[in-house]
Amino acid sequence: MSQISTDTRVMERKKTRGLAVRLWKQWELQLMVIPALLIVFIFSYIPMYGVLMAFQDYSIFDGFWASPWVGFKHFEMFFNAPEFWTIMRNTLVISALKLIIGFPAPIILALMLNEVKQMAFKRVIQTISYLPHFLSWVIVAGFAMSILSTDNGSLNILLLSLRVIDEPIGFLGTAEYFWTILVSTNVWKEIGFNSIVYLAAIAGINPSLYEAAEMDGASRLKQISFITIPSIMPVIIIFFILAIGNLLNAGFEDILLLGSNPVLREVSDVIDTYVYRIGIENQRFSYATAAGLFKAVISVTLLTAANYIARRSGNSLW
Amino acid sequence: MKHRSLNDRLMMFIIYTLLILLGFSTFYPFWNALVVSFNEGMDTALGGITFWPREWTFENYSIVFQDSRILNGFYITIMRTVIGTLFSVLFTAMLAFAMSKQDLIGRKYYMVFFIVTMYFSGGLIPSFLVTRSLGLMDSFWVFIIPTLISVWNMIIFRTFFRGLPDGLLESAQIDGCGHFKTFFRIVLPLSGPVIATLSLFTAIFHWNEWFLPSIYINNENLLPIQSMLQQILNSNIMSEQMSQLDSAAQARMSRMRSVTTKSLSMATMMVATLPIIAVYPFVQKYFVKGVLVGSLKE
Repeated sequence: MSQISTDTRVMERKKTRGLAVRLWKQWELQLMVIPALLIVFIFSYIPMYGVLMAFQDYSIFDGFWASPWVGFKHFEMFFNAPEFWTIMRNTLVISALKLIIGFPAPIILALMLNEVKQMAFKRVIQTISYLPHFLSWVIVAGFAMSILSTDNGSLNILLLSLRVIDEPIGFLGTAEYFWTILVSTNVWKEIGFNSIVYLAAIAGINPSLYEAAEMDGASRLKQISFITIPSIMPVIIIFFILAIGNLLNAGFEDILLLGSNPVLREVSDVIDTYVYRIGIENQRFSYATAAGLFKAVISVTLLTAANYIARRSGNSLW
Repeated sequence: MKHRSLNDRLMMFIIYTLLILLGFSTFYPFWNALVVSFNEGMDTALGGITFWPREWTFENYSIVFQDSRILNGFYITIMRTVIGTLFSVLFTAMLAFAMSKQDLIGRKYYMVFFIVTMYFSGGLIPSFLVTRSLGLMDSFWVFIIPTLISVWNMIIFRTFFRGLPDGLLESAQIDGCGHFKTFFRIVLPLSGPVIATLSLFTAIFHWNEWFLPSIYINNENLLPIQSMLQQILNSNIMSEQMSQLDSAAQARMSRMRSVTTKSLSMATMMVATLPIIAVYPFVQKYFVKGVLVGSLKE
């Protein structure tokens, strides 16, 4: 009995000494990790801790350590703010629109591209449709401004020449058009790039399935709906779950660039732009942090719920 | 010859039509901006410029290339892209190399430490206050340091490094290479494709990013080109939106707005987009692979 415990103790000591020796032996590897640990600690972890200022009356002069704690005051202020429901509505509507239209669009594009047998045509369309992903939102907003403007916008020129309208429409200054413009520019920018994974999934489908279906006289449409779509369903589900987790990220850059005008605030203001405006521009740090934290809590809840549902149904469904 | 039903042919017709429409609507804004940038500014203001310039001119571009502020913006953007990409890819790859070693002490804890940041963040305001308290306001390094480590890229690098043959790395160690030497002399030279892909993504991020400078940079000499463009376009969009308000505001805005603002901003946009369009065809095959590697890890 005592023999064993002595052995364990010796081994423990050996292990501790072994750890120091092993650490010393791999000092180069550890040195490769340290800068990254520092950077991530400073720029990710300290801000996470700093979120606590949502429960303070943070003042720049007192700093984080000396500012008084005020509990949920800023959250209550946010929930009672006159613009709260407008912001919530915009966040939810814009997120939902982007999900409902932006999520299936690349799948449909991938399905259509898969039917094209002329490789040259397919490659041209793919190359063109991927490109906007690599442009900044600033450039995309510039394109939108140029195409939609009243004085020389191509869309107004087109509609006028088709006699659909008599007067140029100021698309970018009209609240009714804002959501449409926002969703269209998003689809325009990302449809091609997001279709890549679905195209890859389609490429992995066993061709004999199609041959058998063709023998049985299935039309192309039938083949799409009974072979292609079910085959790529696992990929679709994974990306849908990720999209649900991202639901509240109604977008930031696009809204900031296209909808920053006060005329559009009624339809363009979402939690993120509100945090930016109140926090950075008006310097109400605690209040803005509370609003941001509120969003983060809902987002994490959504992500957890989506993950849970995925784990419960993911394997059994397919 | 395969017999195709009427239904199938109708469907193919619809698909081709939709794809051509998509291709056109994606291509047209580029083309139109290019055309406007080559058209004389006053003439553009008359309207009707669509597929071809009416009054050819290089003046817009010559003004862009003579404007010292815009040139400085390009200089800042290029510096930021080169230095930011170099450092970020190097430090992230180095981290990934260490993390790819099974015997790295603390590996599991490190991994959790990094992964957590992919799901949680302090949000805009606390990050802003931290960055500001570090004295990075109005500093070039605000472009480089906070984005030095990309956890996502680290995971892709690590997957690649694990695929390298063990024997190769072992024989390097036997020949007396330390980890640093192995990394720089053997691993990096063998990682061409993955370095190319991730450098491309990092470079495009740095080239396009405009939001950080908009909150951290007040000094005009440090503004990258995208942020300058944002300011120009924003005033344009604002005036466009304002013009809907009332005729008095409209008159005021149009007096303030130079008639060639649009031509100039289109020319600047074209120059700011050109590098991306120029490298795009060469790297297309890499990024498709890169995206797929990335999505496999989800």
